[in-house]
Amino acid sequence: MQTVGQPIRKKDAMALVTGQPVFTEDMAPKDCLIVKVLRSPHANAVVKSIKTDIAKKVPGIEDIYTWEDVPQQRFTMAGQTYPEPSPYDRLILDRHVRYVGDPVAIVAGENELCVDRALKMIKVEYEVLPALLDFRAAKDHELLVHPEDNWRSLCPVGADNTRNLCASDRTQDGDVDVVLADCDVVVEGTYHVQAAQQAMMETFRTVCYIDMYGRLNVMSSTQIVFHVRRILSNALGIPKSKIRAWKPRIGGGFGAKQTVVAEVFPAFVTWKTKKPSKMIFTREESQTASTPRHEMEVTVKVGANRDGRIRAIDVYTLSNTGAYGEHGPTTVGLSGHKSIPLYGSLEAHRFAYDVVYTNVMSAGAYRGYGATQGIFAVESAVNELAQKLGMDPVELRFKNMVREGQTMPAYYGETAASCALDRCMKRAKEMIGWDEKYPCKDMGNGKVRSVGVAMAMQGSGISGVDVGSATIKLNEDGIYTLSIAAADMGTGCDTILAQMEAQCLDCSMEDIIVSGADTDTSPYDSGSYASSTTYVTGRAVERACEKLRERIEKRASELLECDVCELEFDGQTAKNLSNGRTVTLEEIGTASMCGNNVALQVTESHSSPVSPPPFMVGMVEIELDQETGHVEILDYAAVVDCGTVVNPNLARVQVEGGLVQGIGMALYEQIQYNEKGQMLNNSFMQYKVPTRLDMGKLRVEFESSYEPSGPFGAKSIGEIVINTPAPALAHAIANATGIWFKELPITSEKIAMGIEGQCE
Amino acid sequence: MQISIQLNGRKITEDVRPDLLLIDWVREHGCYSVKRGCETSNCGLCTVFLDEKPVLSCSVLAARADGHRVDTLEGLQEEASEFGAFIADQGAEQCGFCNPGMIMNAIALFRENVDPTDDEIREYLAGNLCRCSGYEGQLRGIRAFIEYKKKGGAVCRQ
Repeated sequence: MQTVGQPIRKKDAMALVTGQPVFTEDMAPKDCLIVKVLRSPHANAVVKSIKTDIAKKVPGIEDIYTWEDVPQQRFTMAGQTYPEPSPYDRLILDRHVRYVGDPVAIVAGENELCVDRALKMIKVEYEVLPALLDFRAAKDHELLVHPEDNWRSLCPVGADNTRNLCASDRTQDGDVDVVLADCDVVVEGTYHVQAAQQAMMETFRTVCYIDMYGRLNVMSSTQIVFHVRRILSNALGIPKSKIRAWKPRIGGGFGAKQTVVAEVFPAFVTWKTKKPSKMIFTREESQTASTPRHEMEVTVKVGANRDGRIRAIDVYTLSNTGAYGEHGPTTVGLSGHKSIPLYGSLEAHRFAYDVVYTNVMSAGAYRGYGATQGIFAVESAVNELAQKLGMDPVELRFKNMVREGQTMPAYYGETAASCALDRCMKRAKEMIGWDEKYPCKDMGNGKVRSVGVAMAMQGSGISGVDVGSATIKLNEDGIYTLSIAAADMGTGCDTILAQMEAQCLDCSMEDIIVSGADTDTSPYDSGSYASSTTYVTGRAVERACEKLRERIEKRASELLECDVCELEFDGQTAKNLSNGRTVTLEEIGTASMCGNNVALQVTESHSSPVSPPPFMVGMVEIELDQETGHVEILDYAAVVDCGTVVNPNLARVQVEGGLVQGIGMALYEQIQYNEKGQMLNNSFMQYKVPTRLDMGKLRVEFESSYEPSGPFGAKSIGEIVINTPAPALAHAIANATGIWFKELPITSEKIAMGIEGQCE
Repeated sequence: MQISIQLNGRKITEDVRPDLLLIDWVREHGCYSVKRGCETSNCGLCTVFLDEKPVLSCSVLAARADGHRVDTLEGLQEEASEFGAFIADQGAEQCGFCNPGMIMNAIALFRENVDPTDDEIREYLAGNLCRCSGYEGQLRGIRAFIEYKKKGGAVCRQ
């Protein structure tokens, strides 16, 4: 039976649509302590004194902790494989607070009322320091965000706290300056991408309790249970063996929950008090004290000949990691490594970057992870290049795009073993009606219709680092249990991994129980991030199935008293071909529990030396109001090559969801700070995520290549989908107005002002 | 203060703080489908029925519901699974955190208007945010459900 490639309903779907209590807060013990933190009102300050004695007297308060109560070894909250590239620059509570929102005290009490009261009664005296808010001035600034001696960087990422550097690097292939000097046309631009918020509907939250063995149990809304265990061990200074981390259903992640944001506070409280506790972030906290996209300023030079041959790309990225370095050294890499390789025949490229500390909230992982920022810049520059060359931007892409079989020097020298980018472009062009609509049409009523285009790529897991594992066991009724530590955060990985298993073991989806993620019982998995789960963990599932099948056949051969080679197993029944005797899977399962020496359980791990990029093309048609600058999205055509599509429904919804997130980031989602470093967009009132009135018509199609190293030929889908809206929309807006907007979001206000400026 | 509310068909009379929000009251009574996604009445996750009309339970005091009827998805399981199956068949439930609020509001829409246009659907559900799905799959599911109801709802979807 074919299960891979089918639009199968998600295993947890009916529980979710009927509102069952399957999320973290729904399962919290009723009597648990409420944990909240007092946050710094200053962007840079040192706590001179902190008085908690009066606050502690509020009835119901369990305890209040300050910087004096927490361990003094630094750690990172980034959920990455050890040794983490992100520097160890955090304490649970630090005397030196580095952004508006940095925690100053932890309060635990019986209920919210008493905790809120106590928070107001803590008296803190700050020595307020000048704040470093301009990330363009941060490198080598006299103000140091991390002047402390025990700051440390575990990996050679070019970090230097005495220069406000979280990372710095420079790579090149060929002599970019020489090639650019020889090009007929060079386009140069500096592009700014804001620190957009993931804004998953379920804010950060964690519940902790002590189990019967005296161990700290951490139930959290997280993408990374194993990293949570290590990070809590680092933060609390207790052995990993004393900690169990697990996740229930997750109300959206998008990378936000690849960082330990809420976990340390209730974990500290429960470890100290041995009482259950929970911390539920408010939306305001989720907006102001979390892990948004890295604000980046990307400077691009693209050089080409008159005939449209792109010869060199030069990218410099300045990234703002904020007060702490979570994912700082790694996100920036993607801004070049996943934008430059879109172009296949470069004679030279250069990619350099600096990642700087400033006194705003720390950035983190957000779907796209730096590629989004780099692709906005490079794709915008290529669109502008097309205009300079007087060439159709689609034609320019056809001339230069990476093709299957090409080596990608800017992508770690990997070969594009599977690439249908050309077919994606061809199909998107047909869908949107590019030839009729490019560049624009004046509707004669103050409105202009125009189109825009962008290409994108991403990776499939982190090559040579990410590990995916699967444990599969046969139960006595012929039902399998699939244990994983990949984290289904709504994406449907529990279901698609079961689809792969059902296909490999010739069973039905109903015959598979999916379990995880739990550090005590699941096999090791780095977690669900970096677009890794389908590709990396999927391969582990395939391999575990192969091994388990061998075991099942071995046990069956014992029962049927024949050699394995004389046996046929169709997933339900094993048959002795020489005498026709059969034994069912259920009988094999039952027999595995009596007089058996062959465990019908297998664990396989997988790590890939390559990270095959998915590719896509996005084309948008807009109607722009020249008076108000309002952009209405009429049609968005997205064509994706994610290799084999494992579940067409879930893949399609990934694309649609990513497009809408990308549209929000391109047009209105905004993070702004005032001169004191206070964030202005601290609620959904000010931070506008798209509603269903804002997204226009989305049309998604797949042009599949076959990735030989992936499970069933699959690559990733989760992140790439956010990368085309910003450059495609900027292009369409340029085609409508003649103005190349290089700063996101491109709000109606900016467009209207820009048009006004042109008239003057 | 003492209030008396008919919650999912069951009358509950008890003392509450005057400033207790309806969302916290229904969750205290085991209605965990009701989620909080913001504190500013922007997300629609906490939608419940107050006398059969959809309201944001984060913006209503429990005291205001005194003497009234409150329904949550826990009390509408049959409708939820009948309609929700169509969302599930699109894979549009995704993380599921916003689903109960959206489904409550969609049920309210269907009760008012058995055959809404796409624009009417978007308009009615505009206050129900979803960060995962991009809304398009939800619309497909809603359309499929409406078609199914038009045909008499004969096909069993479970």
